[in-house]
Order: sequence, then C-alpha cells, then structure tokens
Amino acid sequence: MEPLRETAKVMDAEAIRRATTRIAHEILERNKGTDGVAFVGIRTRGAILAQRLSKEIEAIDHHAVPVGILDITLYRDDLSRIAPNPIVRATEIAFDVTDLRLILVDDVLFTGRTIRAALNALNDLGRPRAIQLAVLVDRGHRELPIRADYVGKNLPTQLREHVEVRLNELDEIDEVVIESPAAIREGAP
Amino acid sequence: MSTTAIGPAAQTSRWTKKDLLGLRELAAEDIRLILDTAQSFREISLRPIKKVPALRGKTIVNLFFEPSTRTRTSFELAAKRLSADIVNITPQQSSLSKGETVLDTVRNLEALKVDIFVIRHAASGVPHLIARHAGAAVINAGDGAHEHPTQALLDVFTIQEKKGRVDGLRVSIVGDIAHSRVARSNIWGLTKLGARVTVCGPPTLIPPHIESFGVAVTHELEAAIREADVLMVLRIQHERQEALLVPSLHEYRLRYGITQERLVHAKPDLLIMHPGPVNRGVELDSRVADGPHSVILDQVTNGLAVRMAALYLVSGAPKVDEAEA
Repeated sequence: MEPLRETAKVMDAEAIRRATTRIAHEILERNKGTDGVAFVGIRTRGAILAQRLSKEIEAIDHHAVPVGILDITLYRDDLSRIAPNPIVRATEIAFDVTDLRLILVDDVLFTGRTIRAALNALNDLGRPRAIQLAVLVDRGHRELPIRADYVGKNLPTQLREHVEVRLNELDEIDEVVIESPAAIREGAP
Repeated sequence: MSTTAIGPAAQTSRWTKKDLLGLRELAAEDIRLILDTAQSFREISLRPIKKVPALRGKTIVNLFFEPSTRTRTSFELAAKRLSADIVNITPQQSSLSKGETVLDTVRNLEALKVDIFVIRHAASGVPHLIARHAGAAVINAGDGAHEHPTQALLDVFTIQEKKGRVDGLRVSIVGDIAHSRVARSNIWGLTKLGARVTVCGPPTLIPPHIESFGVAVTHELEAAIREADVLMVLRIQHERQEALLVPSLHEYRLRYGITQERLVHAKPDLLIMHPGPVNRGVELDSRVADGPHSVILDQVTNGLAVRMAALYLVSGAPKVDEAEA
C-alpha cells in the first residue's frame, strides 16, 4: 500500500460536538422521543460515538437510552481472504433487541460492508422493529445498497485516501483528518 | 446503561501458527490471545440463536482414536456454533480397523478437502506426526500422556474467570501426574502465566525430576490443600496403568481422595476443578464435587468457548501448501 500522509483536518472537536448534538436532535425528532429506542455502536469508535449520542439525548430529553456494543468480526465477508484471522472482541448488548428501534452507529461509512455485517449480526440477536444508521462521516464509494439516516458530515473523497476519526476516549483528541498518498498530494488525479 | 468499558485494544498479537499441538511451544502471549478470544466467544452460546457465520464453508474432522464423549462433543458443538461442517471418525467405523495406517487415513481425508483435523490418540506425538504431513491445521485433543492443550486452556480460563488473575496464584494438582496429559499441559500453561504449581500424589504416580518443569512436589495431601488457591483433582484412570501403581482404589481414596473433612484447612475461596469424568468416591467425594468450591460444570461451559477460539484461530493461519517443506 502507498504511504499515506495527513493532508487535511476536516473536523475539529467543536465540529464533532455540534454534529453529534444535531444528530441527537434528529434522532429524537424522527423517533418522537426515546421510547423503545436503543443504540448499538460498532466497535471501537462507533461504540464511543453511541455512548456520546446517548448522553446528548439524556441531556435534552432526560431519558437514558441504552447502549450496546457490537463486534462484527465474525460476520465479515473477507474472513477467508485475510490471514491471520483478525482479533475477535466481545459483543456486549445487555438488552433484547426484539421490537426495539435500533440506531446503529459507526464512525465512517465507506463501502457499506461493515454495515452489512452488522445487520446480519443484529439479525442473529433478535428481530428489531427498525434499524436506523448514524455515522459521523459519510465518505462515499459504496459497494452495497446502504445509506445512512443521520450523517455528521458528507465528505467527498478519492478512493485511495483514508479518513481517520480520532476520539478523545481512545486517541486523546477529537478530530477527523484525511490522509492521502503522494500522487494525490501533488495534485495528480 | 452506558457503563461498558471501551479501552484501547489490549491485545495486539496475532495467531500465525498452523496447528495447536501443545502449550509447551506457546508463548504466554499466544495463550493470552486464545483466552481473550474465548472470552469474546462466550456470549454466543447465551444467544437464542447460538451460531455465527465465521467458519462457514470450512470442513473439520474429529479423528478420535481413543474413546471420548465430552471433548469430542465440545469440539463438535464449537464447530457447529461457528457454522463449520464437522464429521466424526472413530476407529471402529474406519478403515483403520482394516489395517490402514494413520497417515493413509489422513491423506484420504485431505483428498476430500478437510480444513482442520481434531485428533486424539493413545500414543504421544501422533497429532504432531499428522501435522507435519498434512496441509490442514491440526488441533491436539489429547495424545497419550503428553499434552491436552484445550483442556489446560479451559482450566486456565476458568481460573482467570473466577479469580480475576492467574499470576501469583498457588495451584495444586493432585493425582496421577505421571500418566496425565492434563497435568502436563496445565503445568506448562500455568507456569507460563505466573502461577505457582505444586504436584501431589503417591510416589509411584509422580514422575522423577518433575521439578525441572518448574513445579514443587509434595506427597502430603494436607499441605497441598492448605496452601492452594486452586485444587486440580485428576482422574484415577483405573482402566490404565494405575491398577499396578496403587494398592487399591480404596487405599487411594484414604490417602489422596478429596473429602469434605480434608477441606477444613482449605482457603475459604478455594476452587476445586476436575477434567472429568469424575470417579465419585475415589479421587473426589460427591459432597465436594457438588459443593460450593466446585467449578467442574463451569469448566465444561468454558471448554466450548475455548474450543471455538482454537478453531477460529487455526482456521485463519496462513495456508501451508508445501507442508513437508
């Protein structure tokens, strides 16, 4: 793989905070409150964002929204193509998903393959009433018919670029940056 | 509700070995990787739909040259919960009873595109022999008196689960140390993770120079119990050699059987483990086996998660086409 270097900071801590606050309001509006709503965050940064959204909603609506954590490793479609097998971490969903409106949360929406895996995983856990998708960044280049219901920022990117979300809980800073290979940095298409 | 911890990824090492043959050749970090992976797999067996697609399309053969119910069933369910296809082969129903060699049996099965062999054999080293000749992954499910890695891994997992750690704990292993693959694998695994291991039994059942494995030896059961955080009771295998090495089962029980009375000086939070099947009233009394110290059924439950982890990890190791290279 080509070496990547950071070329642009597209969101800072303030932008991330405003985006999650807006998404929290949109979730409340669309679901008419928090009744029967639960978050499922995809490990690792999706789970952090899910916990932030839950706190935002509690601050606005004074109702706690449960948060579960989903590890999609065992549902990946490329398991037999990558060696060694990736590390599996636990799925921790302490509530029955059946008949809930689940808000699936991830940091970056790209090909859609992670979300496909997450939908299959949730299907094995029960039968939710509905599943909606919230992402901090939608960078395009979908390979499956999947779209997000709540988007922090639409970010046009080139396929060879990499979008890196850093969150305080894990990375000690809140920011979203684009990393690009040399060819793109030097202005070639 | 949002109290679930999300720490930085604690585990960064990856599994790169083709086979799981024993704990002797594993580093502490390999053992921890298997235990961490098993921890992640535990939750699957608590779901209404106890199945994930991770090993969909993989073929596993349980090749058991020695009778076994619990280990074979545990591997079979582990494979099924990972969506693999699994076939059981036992000598009575195979060509081995017609004089075919073990390696010919394996080659024929490999021609059917098997991905993983799970092998138990009465002779030490058979899984290793097969691993050298097969491109498929091999998991040792017990070879002679040599190793039984998944049993030791589920034992260590259970200790970790109940005690929160393994490092610094005192573990006493009581019984026929000389002929026990469970004892050997546990000694490797426990000492690598920092436990202090004592073996205890009659002199005829303790191999000479066992101290060189890094364990202490005692023939006094009271001493082994008094100091222990964990007491591993081994099965007296009266169908095997022991018949000649202990005067009688009654005599063995009098000296080394774990009874309620013997536990008066035990630590209050002592764990009592047994790899099964238990000879009730010989090495372990029913009151103890079913009592508050016993974690024998937790061992069985955890065995499933550990075997799912082992199958998952070896299934992803880089493929070796030139197995004999």
